[in-house]
Amino acid sequence: MPQISFIQAINQAIAEEMERDPLTFLMGEDVVLGAFGATKGLIDKFGAKRVRNTPISEAGFVGAAVGAAMAGTRPICEVEFASFFYCAFDQICNQAAKLRYMSGGQATMPITFRAVFGAMGGAAAQHSETVYAQFLSVPGLKLVVPSGASDMKGLLKSAIRDNNPVIVFEHGALGWSREDVPAGEHLVPLGKAAVKRPGNNVTVVAIGAMVAKAMSVADKLEKEKISVEVIDPRTLIPLDEDAILASVEKTNRIVIADEGHLRGGAAADLAAIVADKGFDFLDAPIRRVTSLDVPIPFSPPLEKAAIADEARIEAAIRDVVGR
Amino acid sequence: MDISKDKLLEMYRTMQKIRHFESKARDLAMAAELPGFVHVSIGEEASATGVCAALRKTDRITSNHRGHGHLIAKGGRLDRMMAEIFGKRTGYCKGKGGSMHIVDYSLGILGANGIVGAGLPIATGSALGAVIAGKDDVTVAFFGDGASNEGTFHESLNLAAVWKLPVVFVCENNGFGEFTPMATVTSVKDIAVRAKAYDIPGHIVDGNDVLEVFRYTSEAVARARAGEGPTLLECKTYRWEGHVVGEQAFLGGGSYREQSEVEEWKLKCPLIRFEKWCAESGKISSAELTKIVAETEKELADAVEFARSSELPSPSEVTDDVYNIT
Repeated sequence: MPQISFIQAINQAIAEEMERDPLTFLMGEDVVLGAFGATKGLIDKFGAKRVRNTPISEAGFVGAAVGAAMAGTRPICEVEFASFFYCAFDQICNQAAKLRYMSGGQATMPITFRAVFGAMGGAAAQHSETVYAQFLSVPGLKLVVPSGASDMKGLLKSAIRDNNPVIVFEHGALGWSREDVPAGEHLVPLGKAAVKRPGNNVTVVAIGAMVAKAMSVADKLEKEKISVEVIDPRTLIPLDEDAILASVEKTNRIVIADEGHLRGGAAADLAAIVADKGFDFLDAPIRRVTSLDVPIPFSPPLEKAAIADEARIEAAIRDVVGR
Repeated sequence: MDISKDKLLEMYRTMQKIRHFESKARDLAMAAELPGFVHVSIGEEASATGVCAALRKTDRITSNHRGHGHLIAKGGRLDRMMAEIFGKRTGYCKGKGGSMHIVDYSLGILGANGIVGAGLPIATGSALGAVIAGKDDVTVAFFGDGASNEGTFHESLNLAAVWKLPVVFVCENNGFGEFTPMATVTSVKDIAVRAKAYDIPGHIVDGNDVLEVFRYTSEAVARARAGEGPTLLECKTYRWEGHVVGEQAFLGGGSYREQSEVEEWKLKCPLIRFEKWCAESGKISSAELTKIVAETEKELADAVEFARSSELPSPSEVTDDVYNIT
């Protein structure tokens, strides 16, 4: 199986899906050049009609993606950084997410929104935020957070084929991470979690770039006979609650690791679900490891202080297992 | 431009349907028979009618909060519209949308919209979709003078101009954004001049003259269909009723316009104007017009009866249609 990068996985997924369906097309900021490499070369394969640089005009072109979907096409719409979604909140939350419901099921909205998120070293708060929690309370959307190249390809292909608006959040720090990725058809269904590592003493649900951090902590603790099960939900909507609850039933302890904020974040949402539905399984309080509730700062030591890391995951695990 | 007699009769019927539907919606809302907010377009019938008369069935429109007229003009059925504003299961949106959100995909009605300016990017994207799919369908965005101050107006005109998309932007300038006079919050006297900023044609149109609206739209649609890009039309018109039905109750006695201004515009009624033109041109007899009025009254009465006698949705339907499960 060939080893490719997260960014190459994005490129492959888009190319394969555009090859498969002539109504699938790509629009967004600097997609012709492929500013970070993800869309590089697609213009040569598919031409200017289907690979379109937009103006830096998020409300306009995100809204246009909504209209294009309503016209029967399948847009892949890229904003460079996920914080730019704020400029198109109406188009995503009021339009893309709601129009199917509001039209009594008439509208079909097969749009894939893509954006880079997360701390990647000195990009400061407007280019480093983890913004998926802002969309968790918007029924009608699906939210995808791949943690590595293989899932990136499989989830993005599923997102593009999905008949709902799906936002794929691509962690900037994972861009050059490499994994074995099947060439050609490789689909990962939305709503199916991955058990990244089986274990018995504690469950760590880790999202996006936190998966690799949780895996490294699990390796370290194994030497102390602390057996950590790492679960990657892969998609936040739909959510594979069963996989998380089954793991907690086995381990009786859970730590939720997310790069987002503590208040109102994805970790808070998952913790509430476990408390509601898995309380009887628990032998210890649910612990959340998140970034601090501050805008992500610029200067490296400050950024490091703000972002959830291995040390905090390890401390939380030790806390719930009492060792 | 020679307009066929059938087309003229169709336009008159559409204007009558809008006038009747809107008058009834107002009365029903005042009588508290309808839930929610109702915005009616009495006095603005000619712009919706003249624009949609220039479209074919596969062309698409986006509309706004004051959308009943646009939907009727694009072929929306009065009974299913009425049922929707009553919140009934038989409504266009199964009671999930209401007055501000009526949609009929089969007629190219991509929807009224509760967010000012939201329809412009959607119309632009619908036009893009036509290009991607290799079809020559045109999309019209209806919006008001207020929306022309939204960022989405400017972003949409720029995007449509850059990509030469088959879209026609129709601004119905009725002089007010909610309760605020347009002139006090808008940098230009005529919205049409904003087309210059995007290097596209912009025309000021007498929005109460259905024939003039039809001619300008036909030209803009032909241009769009030929791949020559978007046009901005500004239909000058006036809203006889308030922003929202029943506004007197919460304006607390405050007013934002003189009654004399309303009366002046009533003298420019688009229906009376068309009737006069028919008499003067001899194209259509008054008997033919009277027959259309009678038929419209019957259609509306049937629509109200349909809506009243339809079932409300069951609470179990609340979770339907959030996601497409296919």
